[in-house]
Amino acid sequence: MTAPPVAQTGPRALARQRRRRSAARFWARYRTHRAGLVGLAALGLFALVALTAPLTVGSDVSSVTDAPGRPLESPSAQFPLGTDQFGRNLLGLVIWGARVSLLVGLLAAVLSVAIGAVVGITAGHFRGAYGTVLMRVTDWFLVMPTLVLAIALATVMSRSLGTVILAIGVTTWPTTARLVRAQTLAVESRPYIERARALGGGHWHVMSRHVLPNVMPLVLAQTTLMVSSSILAEATLAFLGLGDPTVVSWGGLLQDAREAGAVSAGDWWYLVPPGIAIAVVALAFTLCGRAVESVLNPRLGVAG
Amino acid sequence: MASDVTSAPVEETAGPGAGTRSGYVRYVGGKLGGAVVSLLAVLVTGFFLFRLIPGDPVKTMTGGRPISTAQLAEYRREFGLDLPLWEQFTDYCGKALTGDLGTSYQFRAPVIDKISEALPNTLLLTGTAFVLYTALGMFLGTRSAWRHGSLSDRLNTGLALTLYSVPSFWLGLLLIIVFSVGVGPIPGLFPTGGMESGGKEGFAYVLDVAHHLVLPVVTLVAVEYGQTLLVTRSALLDEMGSDYLTTARAKGLRDDLVRRRHAVPNALLPTVTLVFVNLGRTVAGVILVETVFSWPGLGGLFYQALSVPDLPLVQGLFLFFAAAVIVMNTLADLVYPLLDPRVGR
Repeated sequence: MTAPPVAQTGPRALARQRRRRSAARFWARYRTHRAGLVGLAALGLFALVALTAPLTVGSDVSSVTDAPGRPLESPSAQFPLGTDQFGRNLLGLVIWGARVSLLVGLLAAVLSVAIGAVVGITAGHFRGAYGTVLMRVTDWFLVMPTLVLAIALATVMSRSLGTVILAIGVTTWPTTARLVRAQTLAVESRPYIERARALGGGHWHVMSRHVLPNVMPLVLAQTTLMVSSSILAEATLAFLGLGDPTVVSWGGLLQDAREAGAVSAGDWWYLVPPGIAIAVVALAFTLCGRAVESVLNPRLGVAG
Repeated sequence: MASDVTSAPVEETAGPGAGTRSGYVRYVGGKLGGAVVSLLAVLVTGFFLFRLIPGDPVKTMTGGRPISTAQLAEYRREFGLDLPLWEQFTDYCGKALTGDLGTSYQFRAPVIDKISEALPNTLLLTGTAFVLYTALGMFLGTRSAWRHGSLSDRLNTGLALTLYSVPSFWLGLLLIIVFSVGVGPIPGLFPTGGMESGGKEGFAYVLDVAHHLVLPVVTLVAVEYGQTLLVTRSALLDEMGSDYLTTARAKGLRDDLVRRRHAVPNALLPTVTLVFVNLGRTVAGVILVETVFSWPGLGGLFYQALSVPDLPLVQGLFLFFAAAVIVMNTLADLVYPLLDPRVGR
């Protein structure tokens, strides 16, 4: 670290420097986890493919009317992964599908972790009746079969990406809430919180200025892990026909493949790529999440 | 009912001088009370989920197909939608508590009948898979933890994590292509779906069902054993630094005995807890696997119901799945004190 310039010695500048230092320390430790680096590299690759999809394949890849090939062609030089039942280029569809799968996975995870963090922090902060009731609700959600609840929600609402995100987000938050609450309780038992209260800090001040920064690392790790399960959940809902029928996603491609009879015809080239894409992305997020977790909490020792 | 459940275990777990009878009864009472509250919450959720969210359930069910006003009114009366909301609610609760879950829209049969028809098939599939994946996960998890850091540990954990990331329905479809349809030199060894070929009796029938059972069970075990493996592994790793293991070794016990008699029993409780907490996830796996393999169970029924959508059937199955998971979790809670006397005191 270079020596701080003289002008930057206010409390904010100090805090910023401290944060930059701890980020550097975090990265130095993260780098020692080989599986985490592999996961990160895979994610970078998929993110690049998804972001550049409009340039490489273009949005008309999903058009049914002017499809370039004949229906259900096997892989060839022109169509490396073959074509679907409308004659669309499957490679292009898998690339285009990355956009929806990643977007829905990320947004659903963010929604889920946000709900979990708010419930966890408030339940840990306001103990007593409010906290107790909130944790009972959390425990109830925790044992619920999540997918059944998400399916029920998605069935009664209109078929859209918003529905899918909502259905995943409102059913998967309880794990995060439990973790965040435990961390909140640990933070609030420290003396400096008592000092903040004695100096007149209100509920909002304590929760947003002291508790939140302390639970943020946990929230980050949890989000990374949650993206993986959200992507799987999105694929599952799409496969069950509950996704948005107007967009291409990996789960939707698998449903199309099944409906087109690719299974009984043995058209493995139709089924394999979307599934591998789902598994690789989900695995990559899991590896990153586990690496983040073990950096933050070395006792877990999950480096394997 | 509570007293029947409690009397037996108390005699066994309460050792000399341990006056925990009232403690255990209070523990059981608390758990049963919690379960009842949870079940009521499921009942309420089931009602509001399917009545309030989409403007008109009948329109959702008929899926925009043209339907005459008379028919619409007929359906509305049949599902009790013409009554005031609170009356619908009390009506629904009363019926649900007596086992009447309404009439399926597509099968024109009571929902409860459809459920009890499909339940044994699901129990057969899930039970077989549950026993296998729990045993496999515990076995591999124990071995992994005992030699943690070794090549076999890394391979096992890696494979478990990978399979955990694989969508179960996709794995099922691939298995069908490879082992039912056949790829290249591999002939189709197993049926593509269903539970029986028909026209068989006695022992031949049992063999036939077992033959149909192989691929769905393999799929379920593959996607579910990883979780058990990872939890067993980390629970055992937590125990491995303990002093009592050093003592056991110092006594001159063989490594194998230290593991089986001392370490594993102590690591078992977190694993058992997780196995039951994860039943919800297993339900998801079962729904998908039954859908892919056309297994005539609850999961397959759920898929048929939601593709219509047949709301009374979806609602009934939602209530059934949720209630089943809560009941299983409560049973697990009642068994813990037998496994670990520290719980429930």
